[in-house]
Amino acid sequence: MSYFLFRRLLSLLLTLLLATAVIFAVLEIVPGDPARLMLGINATEDAVAALREQMGLNQPLLTRYFAWVGGLLQGDLGRSFTYSSSVAELIGERIWVSLPLALLALALSTVIAVPVGLYAAARRGKASDTAIMTATQFGIAIPNFWFALLLVYLFAVVLRWVPAGGFPGWQAGVWPALKSLALPAIALALPQAAILSRIARSALIEVLGEDFIRTARAKGLTRNQTLWHHALRNALIPVVTIMGLQFAFLLAGTIIIENVFYLPGLGRLVFQAITQHDLPVVQGTVLLLVASVVLTNFLVDLVYAWIDPRLRKAAR
Amino acid sequence: MSYRRLQAGIAATLFLSTALLSTSALAAKDTLVMGVALEPPHLDPTAGAAAAIDEVVYANVFEGLTRINENGEILPALAESWEVSEDGKTYTFKLRSGVKFHDGTDFDAGDVKFSLDRARAEDSTNAQKGLFSAIESVEVSDPHTVVVNLSNPAGSFLFNMGWGDAVIVAPESADTNKENPVGTGPFKFSSWAKGSAIEVVRNDAYWGSAVALSKATFRIIPDAAAATNALLAGDVDAFANFPAPEALPQLEADPRFAVVQGSTEGETILSTNNSKAPFSDIRVRQAIAHTLDRQAIIDGAMFGQGTPIGTHFAPHHPAYKAELIDTYPHDIEKAKALLAEAGFPEGFKATLQLPPPTYARRGGEIIASQLREIGIDLEIIPVEWKQWLEGPFKGDYDLTIVSHTEPMDIGIYANPDYYFKYDSKELQDVIAKLNVTADTEERYKLMGEAQTIISKDAVNGYLFQLAKSGVWNAKVEGLWKNSPVQANDLTGVHWTD
Amino acid sequence: MKNQRSDTGERLPQAASEPVGLLPRLLTSRSFLIGAAITLVILAMALISFLWTPYDVTKLVVANRLKPPSPQHLFGTDHFGRDIFSMIMVGARNSIAVALVAVGIGMAIGVPLGAWAAAKRGIADDILMRSNDLIFAFPSILSAVMITAIFGPGAVNAIIAIGIFNIPVFARLTRGAALSLWTREFVLAARVSGKGAARISLEHILPNIANLLIVQGTIQFSLGILAEAGLSYVGLGAQPPMPSWGRMLFEAQTMMAIAPHMAIFRAWQSSSPYWA
Repeated sequence: MSYFLFRRLLSLLLTLLLATAVIFAVLEIVPGDPARLMLGINATEDAVAALREQMGLNQPLLTRYFAWVGGLLQGDLGRSFTYSSSVAELIGERIWVSLPLALLALALSTVIAVPVGLYAAARRGKASDTAIMTATQFGIAIPNFWFALLLVYLFAVVLRWVPAGGFPGWQAGVWPALKSLALPAIALALPQAAILSRIARSALIEVLGEDFIRTARAKGLTRNQTLWHHALRNALIPVVTIMGLQFAFLLAGTIIIENVFYLPGLGRLVFQAITQHDLPVVQGTVLLLVASVVLTNFLVDLVYAWIDPRLRKAAR
Repeated sequence: MSYRRLQAGIAATLFLSTALLSTSALAAKDTLVMGVALEPPHLDPTAGAAAAIDEVVYANVFEGLTRINENGEILPALAESWEVSEDGKTYTFKLRSGVKFHDGTDFDAGDVKFSLDRARAEDSTNAQKGLFSAIESVEVSDPHTVVVNLSNPAGSFLFNMGWGDAVIVAPESADTNKENPVGTGPFKFSSWAKGSAIEVVRNDAYWGSAVALSKATFRIIPDAAAATNALLAGDVDAFANFPAPEALPQLEADPRFAVVQGSTEGETILSTNNSKAPFSDIRVRQAIAHTLDRQAIIDGAMFGQGTPIGTHFAPHHPAYKAELIDTYPHDIEKAKALLAEAGFPEGFKATLQLPPPTYARRGGEIIASQLREIGIDLEIIPVEWKQWLEGPFKGDYDLTIVSHTEPMDIGIYANPDYYFKYDSKELQDVIAKLNVTADTEERYKLMGEAQTIISKDAVNGYLFQLAKSGVWNAKVEGLWKNSPVQANDLTGVHWTD
Repeated sequence: MKNQRSDTGERLPQAASEPVGLLPRLLTSRSFLIGAAITLVILAMALISFLWTPYDVTKLVVANRLKPPSPQHLFGTDHFGRDIFSMIMVGARNSIAVALVAVGIGMAIGVPLGAWAAAKRGIADDILMRSNDLIFAFPSILSAVMITAIFGPGAVNAIIAIGIFNIPVFARLTRGAALSLWTREFVLAARVSGKGAARISLEHILPNIANLLIVQGTIQFSLGILAEAGLSYVGLGAQPPMPSWGRMLFEAQTMMAIAPHMAIFRAWQSSSPYWA
């Protein structure tokens, strides 16, 4: 186990390191002088030159890369060009929108998908199964931003139960904050729930076909007892794995959803920063998102290996 | 997970979701949520060009010597009264006493001198330094009297002092106004949740009559669809400048809302790079002018909201020459002939850069389609404001669409370095004469001449005067109908019940 | 196991639970047939649009704007007076082209890489798998937004952005499937007979995983269409006057009240191709 852990940890760090290089290199290509962008159109040449010097833009590429990585290690992500505050501060503010949103969506998709998927599996081939599978087909096919538009129209504009968008901040109270996150979370969760329920269904069907289930039935356990005590536990393994991966997907999925609901989260921050060429913010936020994906994958691998010991040896 | 726990989970979710969806409490009647399309980069109006700054702080947080009201009239503000010398070169301002900045420091003549000197200094970052260019010196004669000497008489000086860029700041707080604006206005800055909202609260120590609102929130909603939904859902009480003209009929039919059409100073034009071939050829520009169908652009892009213009001048101004709309009437055959004469019988390719506002993005698609009729094939390039300022505004472009919202800005045509790159001695002479003329009658005549010259030269494609469609809760009163300067003046805003 | 898991992490589950022999089974499934029929109709519309559309989609007739559905305009007209049916046809062409080329890029680069890694093993394999991890670490929407924002919005950059993320998907799939085939007798026999790794990959490995690749290809294709719709919804896909589904949907949003037909038809068409 410790060898496996060591290898995975090493690969995690390597991936992160490579990611910093890729992010830095890609953003190097962006046209435009950051110093000029920062100062605006009325700035004098002298002022731009001074700022370039101050920002260290005149130093060689590698020096700047190492300076950036060095800063990262100390938690210094640089300063935003568009907002006069530090990137770490901006991310610190916005993560309190995106993280709860992604977690809420994950919880919702699980709460919807697992029972639905298991129900469909238990009623495999019956009309209700077909209906559920068709519905999930739609769920996968329809873009989440379209779900979002429909939800806003119905629940915010027509029924006026929740706000159409925006975020009052947690200081306004947990309740108003949750209300603003409800629609975006549902919009994000539905397509994921559709996928997850299909996985739960096929996992359970697979497990139900295995020998130990037949044995259990042969021992005289009722159909329900077998289902809930033996099959479920085993079927949940792949479901848990996919959930882990979905978390990363949800975090990235906030880019479009946060734009639809104009939520001040990481997704909108990075989207705005990209369109406004605010490089320090783009670098910092992209790295954070990448790191969260890599970390989640790492954790999922650990859980996986813990569940299925064969993998520890097989893992390359 | 057992079945029972699963069931409990489902029940809990159902409960949670129904509870989440229960109705919200009614808003208290002395607060206002105002929707704004753009988030300001910072909150110091004396250090940035962005209109978004003025839309939050002008007249609310910061005040100048004078102020502009919704009809474009000049009113006293921090200057109680003023006297102008015979030769029009000396302005003596009598300042209001008992005024305090939000941080508790006193306002006096020293602050006025500091603000004006700072704005016109060599290293000033003021975006409208031109407003102060006539000032020769500023003298403090006593704590409540300031004398401003001009190098030449300037008819628009008092108006200029009412701009957001000319507000009075204190030396103690000038450097931190970007993040924490400290002014003398009836509202104090309270908080700024980046990317989301800016909040101001009533200043109880205000020198003038107290405002009715105890708190105002400027919520940033960049997207037209989101703006419509926010109004309909009741999240936002007012949009001074509603971005989705197509939704206006629906909002008008809804008794909850008042839709108020007003005028702006925004001449919306197809800006043309006059120094770049083939646009440097007047025949090409004339061909474009003959091709543009203004009504189709107004109908398609703005759903009929907007007044066609034939020159760069506001139609509600008395000196506006309405007949110029027919300088180059819509005539495709004529346009094709002109283009052929200029050496492009088959037309040519060019680019059209479009900043984010609806008028530009939608108008651009229609203009591209119209120009395709005479063989001009435009590649549409959407740009953000920042890129627009870096590119087209620096003269790096073929065509772009933008609304020039500064009041009385025909003078920009006299600057050959301005991004139109239009260099006409004839016009420069007219504008130079206008700048030193004080007689109203004579000024109007010169303004008319300038309008005619740029219209005949087809410097830009003149499209329409941007309309200001204000949409707000029918119970809100006191918001501006017109916007002579870009501002959301909340000083007179109140709820009717 | 590990490889399969990462592939499903992309989105669709089918390939994980029912990998080989899926195609014959699909042909008897009713939902698959319905989906296939819809896909064919859309494909046909896209192909016809090359030759003919009811109206020219680049010509705006503002006087005709926001007409409800009628015999002249089957789905009505949009805010610029364009025929929505014609726009859907041309938009289908655009979406399909982007998704198809993106899958093509992924297959053309990913499959040889995967096959090569499986044949060589060792360092080459390690490097490939590490680079795959790296690409997977970038959430695809994020990178697509980044690429299109840096190199400018447009159909070509959208294709590249979506295509890059198809490479590791096919590389992993090919590698995983090929690895197990390399231990099979018929491959061993081929090796004994003196065939080189490249020839074995081409003659024995690839034909045996073709089924799997086609299934994954269709999944990536529908994901590509979704991704394109998302990109053009936020304004980073194909630019006007080229119609694209995502942007059409975006434009229709504010007009739901006055012209619901715009939103409804556009939503219908944006979702229909993924039913397959």
